[in-house]
Amino acid sequence: MRSNRVGWLMLAPTIAILGIFGIVPFLYVLYVAFHQWNPFGANPYMIYNGADNFRRLVFDNEFLTSIAFTLKFAFFAVVSEVILGYLLAQLFMREFPGRGLFRTIHTLPLIVAPIVVGSVWRLMTTPSIGIIPYLLKSWFGYDLNIGRDATMAFALTVIMDIWHWTPLVTLTLLAALVSLPKEPFEQAQIDGANRWQIFWHVTLPMIRPAILATVFIRLMDALRTVDEVWMLTGGGPGAATRYLGLHIWKIVFPKTDYGYGSATSIIVLYLTLVMCWLLYVALVARRDQKRPS
Amino acid sequence: MRANSPVFSILLWTLLSLLTLFPIYWLFVISVKPAVELFTTPSVLLETVYWKNYVKVLGDDTLRRYMFNSIVISTGNAVLVTVLAFMACYALSRFDLAGKENIFFWTITNRMAPAAVFLLPFFLLFTQVFTIGEWKLYDTRTGMILLYCTFNLPFAIWTLRPTIDAIPKELDEAATVDGATTWQVIREVIFPLARPGLAVTLILTWVFAWNEFLLAATLTSFNARTITTGLSEYVTTTGTEWGTMASIAIITLVPALLIFSVVQRHIVAGLTFGAVKE
Repeated sequence: MRSNRVGWLMLAPTIAILGIFGIVPFLYVLYVAFHQWNPFGANPYMIYNGADNFRRLVFDNEFLTSIAFTLKFAFFAVVSEVILGYLLAQLFMREFPGRGLFRTIHTLPLIVAPIVVGSVWRLMTTPSIGIIPYLLKSWFGYDLNIGRDATMAFALTVIMDIWHWTPLVTLTLLAALVSLPKEPFEQAQIDGANRWQIFWHVTLPMIRPAILATVFIRLMDALRTVDEVWMLTGGGPGAATRYLGLHIWKIVFPKTDYGYGSATSIIVLYLTLVMCWLLYVALVARRDQKRPS
Repeated sequence: MRANSPVFSILLWTLLSLLTLFPIYWLFVISVKPAVELFTTPSVLLETVYWKNYVKVLGDDTLRRYMFNSIVISTGNAVLVTVLAFMACYALSRFDLAGKENIFFWTITNRMAPAAVFLLPFFLLFTQVFTIGEWKLYDTRTGMILLYCTFNLPFAIWTLRPTIDAIPKELDEAATVDGATTWQVIREVIFPLARPGLAVTLILTWVFAWNEFLLAATLTSFNARTITTGLSEYVTTTGTEWGTMASIAIITLVPALLIFSVVQRHIVAGLTFGAVKE
């Protein structure tokens, strides 16, 4: 057994950087969360108010509906992205002319900044000047108006997210698929397994960790989306697309209610953490049970 | 037609590419239209091309500076993050460290925080704490490279870990028995096999750094301002210069595409490595 000191040494820079830039700001926000503070208001000083901010949260209807909308958004977006991304990664495993070109095209949405993505989708979908409502109107007679139709606004944020982030899933899963050893697949084919059996019993167990990691990352990013949705819908119509990231943004900036915004962030962080931890423990524990020893 | 044939693949990808490209095509359409034409009845095809936005943007020294900053920051951050994550994942995968699974989970919690309220503590750290005399971390490229680790490092560790875990431990053990040092094991055994994963990590962290907006908008003013923040200066609540913004956005695709095409080759290069090793 090699000395663990080498292992700790290799982890040290990561722990140091994340410690300084992760824990210190977190403690600051936690401190502010127990205060009433409106730095641009009539009284710019921090006033300790115990757990008042947290008590207020429990009855905050806007916050509670925002949680529900965010979860719905994250669920639809992440599930579609992972399924679609996996299928596309499998398609890229095949040999065909122009594969490199198509892969580059497929990854293009990733290199467009979220704020630009939101702007373009907004210009494409604004009634009377956008190309999509125009085409829908002239081809199908359908009237798309995301300024009024909450369901369509929600659907559009999901579609935009799928357009933007599926390539990320494709790339991470492609890297995982490409690194797999070939022997188990050849063996399965010799044994006469069909496609579905190969996927279920050979591919899936081997790339499961990669799929899990991708799901976690996409889930977290979807839960804190701000820029794109902000530009596309601004959170509307009503509060239909006012996801948590945006919700906090609106408390902190237009209202400058800093203490309450901090408390909301702490709770959002806590809920995300618990949700991911439970998911992680459930899925990883199951994997460990299955692993032959 | 069989679903396995190359013709099927090409047709399918052509269709998918059209869907993928349409919003980017539309971005281009916006960039070559004068402002008044944006608010008329839309048409899919371009009739006239108006290059003034590009002339204005390309001739702008400030934007050129922002572009340079972006390239330095993204590349610096992506390389730093990939190297650190590679080391961290090797340690997590191959050493029996106390509480390592908790550390692994802790890293990702750094990516969960909703950005809005964390801007202020970062601002205070950068202007009041990390200072030496007159020098501040605020508005420096080094500061941004370090800061972007908070969301990129967890991402890199989580995408790389499965790749490193999947490399059979027997390979390192065999090499160690043959007298290889830890450094040699990493360089000769792990690195070649982890190449597809490393390439994807490098690309994606580069992209995240390139596209980051809120932190750069808060923590830089001019010297280290990035192009993504620069283009957002044209998006305001009172009136957005859509054409200018879109033409900058189109120009920013070029360096990103170059990086992609260079690094993407390694995703396939891994194919042969993965196949030969037992």
